Amino acid sequence: MSLGPYASFIVTAYLLVAAVVLLLIIWIALDYRRQQARLRELEASGVVRRSGRSAADIA
Amino acid sequence: MTLSDLANPTRFLSLTARLLPWLVAATAIVLAIGLYQSAVAPDDYQQGATVKIMFIHVPNAWLSMLVWSVMSVAALGTLVWRHPLADVAAKAAAPLGAAFTFLALVTGSLWGRPMWGTYWEWDARLTSVLILFLMYLGLIALWRAVEDPSRAARAAAILTLVGAINLPIIKFSVDWWNTLHQGASVMRLGGPTLDRAFLIPLLVMALGFTLLFLTLHLAAMRNEILRRRVRSLQMLQADRRSA
Repeated sequence: MSLGPYASFIVTAYLLVAAVVLLLIIWIALDYRRQQARLRELEASGVVRRSGRSAADIA
Repeated sequence: MTLSDLANPTRFLSLTARLLPWLVAATAIVLAIGLYQSAVAPDDYQQGATVKIMFIHVPNAWLSMLVWSVMSVAALGTLVWRHPLADVAAKAAAPLGAAFTFLALVTGSLWGRPMWGTYWEWDARLTSVLILFLMYLGLIALWRAVEDPSRAARAAAILTLVGAINLPIIKFSVDWWNTLHQGASVMRLGGPTLDRAFLIPLLVMALGFTLLFLTLHLAAMRNEILRRRVRSLQMLQADRRSA
């Protein structure tokens, strides 16, 4: 596959999209782990929801 | 399952937990097929291989407007129906919309330099998409600036609906004004003008990016619900300490 004289523009565009999508995935995954950890900390300190169910339980 | 069933965040989280693995798999498969088709697509007789940028630029451009449309429906959900998950949906979608709009602008710029001879031109299409990007950033800033989620939700919903005026301006800018940007070649009366060799990879990539948005949006909504649970438990903890 030859990308011709403008290969650098094409490769940069694809790499940039891949990088931004990867950043979004990492950010969302880390945010999920952070919220779960904060909920577990709060529950460990004795703060529970009115329903009595675990706030970190999502299944 | 009805929309009112999904008003219960716990039920929504349960549904999300079941759906996400399937969505991740579907997104990966469709994007892999799309990327392969994009790689083997022939060169355009005028643009050469730079036509490959279209397969990532156009889906991001479509999503930049689709995400704001989703947020507008969610804004109505907040203001009219007071659906508990409407603001969660809008707030979770905004950073994704900003990222897709950023990618549409930058990939368009990288396509424009070899084809138009310039990275940027203050024409109607490019400027209206830049305004959309700035509106996304403004909305994200608004949600962060107002501490009370219900007050932030109403203000953000109004701003989102006002900002929706920009969507038809973006769509029809190439018809209403004389712009450097080409006119519609897929979503137009009379059908697409693209050859099948380009149209099929483009549609597969558009489906892949739409699935990507759906996956990331559901995951971000799940995070936002958990964040609100953290906030309510922290307020409960503060109340107990002060009592």
